[in-house]
Amino acid sequence: MIAKLVSQTDLDAWVDALIGEQTVYGPKAKGDRFSFDRLNASKDLRLDYDVSILPPKKYFHPQQETLMTFNKKGEFESVIERDPFVLFGVHPYDFVAIAQLDKLFEMDYPDAHYLARREAATVVVSDVQKASAEVFAGAAGFATVEHRKGYDLLITRLDDGSYVVDPRSPKGEKLMTGLKKAPDVDADGFRAREAVWARNREQLQKHKLKMKPDEIPGLLAANRDHPVWEEKAALCYSCGSCNLVCPTCYCFNVEDELNWDMETGRRTRTWDGCMLTHFATVAGDHNFRPKRAARYRHRYFRKGQYVHDMIGELSCVGCGRCITACTANIANPAEIFNRLLEEK
Amino acid sequence: MTTVMEPTPQTDVYLPHPAVILETTPMTGNEMLFKIRSESGQPLNYKPGQFMQVSVPGYGEAPISIASSPTRHGPDTLEMVVRKVGSVTNALHQLGKGDRIGMRGPYGTNFPVYEPMRNRDALFVLGGIGSCPVRSAIQYVLDKREDYGEVTILLGSRRPADRLFVDELHEWKQREDVTVLETVDVADPSWGGQVGVITTLFSQVTVYPSRTVAIVCGPPVMYKFVLLELDKLKIPRDRIYMSLERHMRCGVGKCGHCQMEHIYVCQKGPVFNYADIAGIKEAI
Repeated sequence: MIAKLVSQTDLDAWVDALIGEQTVYGPKAKGDRFSFDRLNASKDLRLDYDVSILPPKKYFHPQQETLMTFNKKGEFESVIERDPFVLFGVHPYDFVAIAQLDKLFEMDYPDAHYLARREAATVVVSDVQKASAEVFAGAAGFATVEHRKGYDLLITRLDDGSYVVDPRSPKGEKLMTGLKKAPDVDADGFRAREAVWARNREQLQKHKLKMKPDEIPGLLAANRDHPVWEEKAALCYSCGSCNLVCPTCYCFNVEDELNWDMETGRRTRTWDGCMLTHFATVAGDHNFRPKRAARYRHRYFRKGQYVHDMIGELSCVGCGRCITACTANIANPAEIFNRLLEEK
Repeated sequence: MTTVMEPTPQTDVYLPHPAVILETTPMTGNEMLFKIRSESGQPLNYKPGQFMQVSVPGYGEAPISIASSPTRHGPDTLEMVVRKVGSVTNALHQLGKGDRIGMRGPYGTNFPVYEPMRNRDALFVLGGIGSCPVRSAIQYVLDKREDYGEVTILLGSRRPADRLFVDELHEWKQREDVTVLETVDVADPSWGGQVGVITTLFSQVTVYPSRTVAIVCGPPVMYKFVLLELDKLKIPRDRIYMSLERHMRCGVGKCGHCQMEHIYVCQKGPVFNYADIAGIKEAI
């Protein structure tokens, strides 16, 4: 099937049909902001969202999940979730983050829990309709994903209010079955989509990067002892909010919980954050990263160098969530990278 | 278009395998030696210096160094020393012979007992609980004694009551083909040996730097001073190995806790060559 041109009315009808058939998650209004949640009707779907409070990675790497159950006799049993679902309306930069997590959870020791959820999902990417206040995905090179693989459908709202719905995998084609009657996209439609992409690459730059993204690993390596780490970290509350909202953070903690019977229980995995004071503390209370500045620097090095070395691209996708979440106003990656360039 | 995802792996890397405690031997007030056998009987294929993730259901999981050499027990059996410091290790101390735990691994890098240590002199420098992982390498070297040159063991404990493997240490000291020097930081009336930090032992040994491979393991504060002594002895950095402790939650390079700059210690360590990490400021 090739791309279809779909009106708002037909899109709504299609989404409602999907919701009737399967579990669909998408961006919904939450107060004056937006949040990915289970959709009950197409009227709740807000493809005009600017950015969601938490990134949609939560459907693959949830805030908390059960890794296994156990009993006190020492028997453990894996819990792997394979229920199919549709993740609708993921912004390109958030999809890039998911694609990065795909690689990280796959490499060396494949993580069955993450990969099973990922395999069970149909991912619908939606090009950004409204830039958020702090987004710089355009500067990071992640404003659009037309050349990337790994998602199933790409939806782009054109300036006349119609949508290009473009299948990107057999799963995506299957999901589009309900749009068979819609007209194929013609050359004008594709040109109009190119225009949206060009505009997004330009407009999703509320902060500029004064270097090419690929220069950031070298820039960081040369500036381990730059004064900016101490200066910014002096204001840091070590609250971990930047970790919490980050689409590419994936560090976790593992804990056991006993049930009321005191015989059975579950082993859970929960999001953790390298900015939290005791992230690197070992049993016996020795902390291997006790200084705020070292933790602060570690986060930027992970985004800009360490993970870059593992997967070959910048691990800050420019969503801007950390900038918004940081109460001390010290978490702007673009500002940090630019400072390193300007104050060598 | 093909999807980029690989099929879901059939195995869950986080799932512990059942194991049985065969024997427990108290070593100090805080440390207990466990002999553990994998219930499946499958060979554990471990090497000196590697670690296991040990589970006590209801309490959690902790990384514990293997303290025995694969030359000593059946391929499905190993020993480890557990210090009571957290909830998992305290729970382990409540268990005894016949109790079942969970175990997965082995993980991480090993001590260089094969190459480049073979046919060279072996210098072991151990402090406190750091002697547990190194015991696996010492046992290995002693079991294949003819493969190595001079064997020297320098050992430091905080107090006499903290000494580990006391009987085994006595055996090593009796051997004519091993040099063992021991000290405690703080003596008590029972102690007739040397008193002072571990670095005071270096002036008492003869080391041939060109043919020596050194293995160092101890508390974080020890490395700085011991590495200075090894530099003074002119042992090349690429023939110094150390085992570093970090907080490993997953053991498989995912959870982020053990990361030391760009290095996941659970993957690239815990045993490192000094030359490889000399530039890593978070290492020591």
